[in-house]
Amino acid sequence: MNYRAIRAIYLFEMARTWRTLLQSIVSPVVSTSLYFVVFGAAIGSRITEVEGVSYGTFIVPGLVMLSVLTQSIANASFGIYFPKFVGTIYEILSAPVSYVEIVIGYVGAAATKSIILGLIILATAALFVPLHILHPWWMLTFLVLTAVTFSLFGFIIGIWADGFEKLQMIPMLVVTPLTFLGGSFYSVNMLPSGWRTITLLNPVVYLISGFRWSFYEIADVSVAVSLGMTLGFLAICMALVWWIFRTGYRLKN
Amino acid sequence: MLAMPPIISVSNLSKTYGSGFKALNGINLDIKRGEIFALLGPNGAGKTTLISIVCGIANLSEGSVTVGGHDINRDYRAARSLIGLVPQELHTDSFETVWATVSFSRGLFGKPKNPTHIEKVLKDLSLWDKKDSKIITLSGGMKRRVMIAKALSHEPQILFLDEPTAGVDVELRKGMWEVVRTLQASGVTIILTTHYIEEAEEMADRIGVINKGEIILVEDKAGLMQKLGKKELKVHLQGRIDAIPASLAAYNLELSDDGHAVIYDYDTKGDRTGITSLLNDLRNAGIRISDLDTRQSSLEDIFVSLVRAP
Repeated sequence: MNYRAIRAIYLFEMARTWRTLLQSIVSPVVSTSLYFVVFGAAIGSRITEVEGVSYGTFIVPGLVMLSVLTQSIANASFGIYFPKFVGTIYEILSAPVSYVEIVIGYVGAAATKSIILGLIILATAALFVPLHILHPWWMLTFLVLTAVTFSLFGFIIGIWADGFEKLQMIPMLVVTPLTFLGGSFYSVNMLPSGWRTITLLNPVVYLISGFRWSFYEIADVSVAVSLGMTLGFLAICMALVWWIFRTGYRLKN
Repeated sequence: MLAMPPIISVSNLSKTYGSGFKALNGINLDIKRGEIFALLGPNGAGKTTLISIVCGIANLSEGSVTVGGHDINRDYRAARSLIGLVPQELHTDSFETVWATVSFSRGLFGKPKNPTHIEKVLKDLSLWDKKDSKIITLSGGMKRRVMIAKALSHEPQILFLDEPTAGVDVELRKGMWEVVRTLQASGVTIILTTHYIEEAEEMADRIGVINKGEIILVEDKAGLMQKLGKKELKVHLQGRIDAIPASLAAYNLELSDDGHAVIYDYDTKGDRTGITSLLNDLRNAGIRISDLDTRQSSLEDIFVSLVRAP
């Protein structure tokens, strides 16, 4: 294992985060605060409790997940796309590093950043609504698993994309709608039964449900199913990354 | 004395791109330890593809390559650790400092931190006073030197320079040659590709010519210089002649198409060039001379005749 290479890539990527601190951290915090003001305070004050908690409190886990998902994808896809775009990828490919080391470096940094972000949003939320976390370790487990899985997914998008448009396309057209429809702002139980069944095809439902359970023990699906689905998606992303490096897809041809 | 094994050995290497384009076709090439090898070839000949495969940036289609005895696929870590690569295009980060980007390269190649070495590399490349500057603020020539510094950061035994002096002014080019010579003196093997024939003449120990994905010549520069020793004397005549007079047959003259000039090949390194007697014999044959010019065949001529050959 070339640990020094992993460290070099990881620190290089984290340096990029600190350099763009304002854009990386401040803007998601601001937009999340806006969600609280609009959905939590303005609209939420007219909504009765959802499954025993106030509406503002109910949406906290969903909002954190929303940011962690989109940020993981954005960080990781940009992190690997940019060297491809400016050509500095030549150095990574010609270095004595294995693809596992490359992935740990890039995905590790992207996930770290979105985990930090998730925790900052959580802290911001605590300023607006009273928070209690019943299962903090499960909360962290879901947070880390989601950050890693979607950073891997972002890494795949970054390798697949051959233009900035494609880089934006999947997050905008697929991930954001799935997240909004995944129960960030409502309980799946609130939907008519036909829509409920369709919603269960959305993988994000399982992530948000599991994450919300770790806070309030409120869940749309059982925690075991949530965990299983998250791990399943992680495995799919890992398999795709393995295939990319084995074939040199969009990297070596 | 036993011959040292080549530091790079390329056998039967072929590369076909996904589009079906065959960029390399059955390349066989050995690079000797410690030499400066110049790879010459027109655009699209396969120079960069060859380098990319040896360095691990592109996959090969057929054949094999070893670097320092290590197969580039099976034993890629050992092979790549020996190589520093400076690609043709200026691919640099923008917002990192010179020091950070060069240190990053060293880490990427698995070497422990060594500020003393990095300092030496930056000083050798006249980049020391720019070490804290962001790369985006540097000139093109400096960026190229940053790329060389990155390649040297991990103390490679082999350095690939793909068109190192393209778009670099004369003074910098001379500076670059100086750096390359210093590196060779420290035992580094250097492979450079270039468009500038004078660069190959100036620097290389051996020269290889690649065209349309095939190596068409590999020769010591000394051997090529022998061919360069040939000169050509063109004697312009006042009148027109239809044929070379029999008295001049010994000179193997060639008559120009319009009959207004004769061309004589001679060897500047020979004891006698034969020019004086040729001029005498021309006068004796009653041929009046209007002008003379001489021309030395260059590596460029050899090169052009090689790559134009069908």
